[in-house]
Amino acid sequence: MASEDGQKAGGAGGENEGAEEMVVNPWEVAVKGGGKIDYDKLIEKFGCQRLDSSLVRRVERLTSRPAHVFLRRGVFFAHRDLEEILDLYERGEKFYLYTGRGPSSEALHLGHLVPFMFTKYLQDAFKVPLVIQLTDDEKCMWKNLSVEECKRLARENAKDIIACGFDITKTFIFSDFDYVGGAFYENMVRVSKCVTFNKVVGIFGFTPEDHIGKISFPPVQAVPSFPSSFPHLFSGNDNLRCLIPCAIDQDPYFRMTRDVAPRIGYQKPALIESSFFPALQGETGKMSASDPNSAIYVTDSAKDIKNKVNRYAFSGGRDSIELHRKYGANLEVDIPIKYLGFFLEDDDELEHIKTEYGAGRMLTGEVKKRLIEVLSEMVERHCKARAAVTDEMVDAFMAVRPLPNMFS
Amino acid sequence: MSGYSKEQLLARLQELNINFASYDHPAVLTVEAQAKYVGHLGGALSKNLFLKDKKHRFYVISALSGTNVDLKVLSQRLGLGKGGLRMAPEEALQEILQVSLGCVTPFALINESARSVSLLLDQGFKAHESCFFHPLSNEMTISVNTRDLDKFLISIGRNPAYVDLEATPLVGKDQPPDLASLVPSETPSLVGAPEKVVQNQAPDGNHAPAEKKGINKSKAAAKEKTTGSAKKFVAATDVGKLIDEIINKTCASVLIEVNKDSEDQSKVSLGHLLEKVSQKIGPDLESIAMSFKNAAYIEGFHAGLHSVIDRGIQGLSSPR
Repeated sequence: MASEDGQKAGGAGGENEGAEEMVVNPWEVAVKGGGKIDYDKLIEKFGCQRLDSSLVRRVERLTSRPAHVFLRRGVFFAHRDLEEILDLYERGEKFYLYTGRGPSSEALHLGHLVPFMFTKYLQDAFKVPLVIQLTDDEKCMWKNLSVEECKRLARENAKDIIACGFDITKTFIFSDFDYVGGAFYENMVRVSKCVTFNKVVGIFGFTPEDHIGKISFPPVQAVPSFPSSFPHLFSGNDNLRCLIPCAIDQDPYFRMTRDVAPRIGYQKPALIESSFFPALQGETGKMSASDPNSAIYVTDSAKDIKNKVNRYAFSGGRDSIELHRKYGANLEVDIPIKYLGFFLEDDDELEHIKTEYGAGRMLTGEVKKRLIEVLSEMVERHCKARAAVTDEMVDAFMAVRPLPNMFS
Repeated sequence: MSGYSKEQLLARLQELNINFASYDHPAVLTVEAQAKYVGHLGGALSKNLFLKDKKHRFYVISALSGTNVDLKVLSQRLGLGKGGLRMAPEEALQEILQVSLGCVTPFALINESARSVSLLLDQGFKAHESCFFHPLSNEMTISVNTRDLDKFLISIGRNPAYVDLEATPLVGKDQPPDLASLVPSETPSLVGAPEKVVQNQAPDGNHAPAEKKGINKSKAAAKEKTTGSAKKFVAATDVGKLIDEIINKTCASVLIEVNKDSEDQSKVSLGHLLEKVSQKIGPDLESIAMSFKNAAYIEGFHAGLHSVIDRGIQGLSSPR
């Protein structure tokens, strides 16, 4: 089923499991045999484009500011139709941003913050509005939590999301349980009519044993890509394009959406996709919110961060100082270097550390120390911002209200 | 400023139109002793604890005399860990609450020196028509009802916080301490409930609220550790506080860079130094400013909401 997007037959975890070495879908990320994710192969398999440095430079030119560290370091590395978005932006037209979170636990770790930090940068750089979807219904269905608990988690997660620094005059946060209905539901039905049972099984790997809630969920995550789902924000602006920053495991939802969009007279959403944030203990896939030592949490104290990095961060350093000075560190597997790649702003400093560490002149302890500094600063800033978020603030972000200055 | 006297407090209560009955008796140091004189009068006796935590923050816990107050549990519920709360020393009683031994009372918060003391009230008080407290002297007991106590607290800029003191909720990774918001921050509390904020309702308004009284902090908070207690609208949109923070952060960072520079052999230009400063503090300042902007918007939003509701109640149509 080759679609316009050039996606090869086989989906991402649906059919032909045997031929696939990697499983990448919204509910599972794994490599058979426990190897690393091959992102080049993934791009090829999914049929999206590489985000190369010329695009990054173009973004810098258009926004008149340095590109976000995640763009410079290739964390956000793939896209669909980003060039079209940049074209229309250059012409003076607008677009809006859409991202989301599945609120399955109260404990957020740094990997969860990555898409939000990047989305905030996009909001500031392009001066465009943003809708954030909290898929509390999805978690209720997949994680078998109660409706009340999911709604509560959605609100708690909203506080951490708000703490990332989104501008309330340009941001609408909504939870599915609160918002689904009206024009949003009308679009859900339009989308549902265009996706057969076979198709959704192929894309997401559903089985006849899965309950019907799961099978009918995908349209819920698809329709925020369409401006008519938000009549209080975009009424009359049916041609407004949407750009979706997300992790690449969400690609299946939006492949489906892009397939359906032209058939119902809507614009296809564009995507900008990130790689996975590695777990503290090494590159075995996504971080797990259930293993506290696999990640740095936003609630961790400076002491916790120091402890976790020193004890659990997988090091590419050699077993002894002599060997290390001789051969240098293995930067490919070293987690502190990878984390610094995400969070250390200064390109020159990162280069220096990589050179020295790779040559064996710098020791693991020093690299970890720098990482601890960087992470502690970040987490402290987040904590402070989080403390300032009240329930009233969450209510206001989630209120169905117009955003009159959303493009300024 | 020396502490309020009993007479001054009672005068203030009268000014606020608070009904209270007062009973003189010989000085009492314990609830049992107090009960001998007023226990038969039908009101609820209170026991009042003055506590401090390891970071020198102070708390008054005011509970029904029969309520079981477990300091270990409370300590965890406040997010202070186990054993984080202990009785405050006698000097603190004099210095901060400005009352004598045996005289701890919610009314002591009228003193400026007690401005950053957190007050926890037993929700059990609400079940009684009147409750007994010392009015800054242990030679007298006054009985007030909780509505009037709240009125008094609000008049001194406090948000009355009623808590189920006997509850023992689980506190862990996924269950944050439920009373964490009652831990004092460094800042003194400010006068004025949110609804009294003066707003300029311009048609395309996203205005910061009219300048409020910025109270000078006693210490420059270059290293401010908030603990989840900054949940008051008023503190979040205080322009004075915002500017203080910005200036302090900037000055601290410039000093650090200048010192680093003077240690280094290679002198860098002032421009380069300032660039480093702005790189260092930029993200923090942006974060602070965004919190401020959002908080200001929230106030406006709620004011707008209430004004529409009020107009609706009065039978008027919405303002265009």
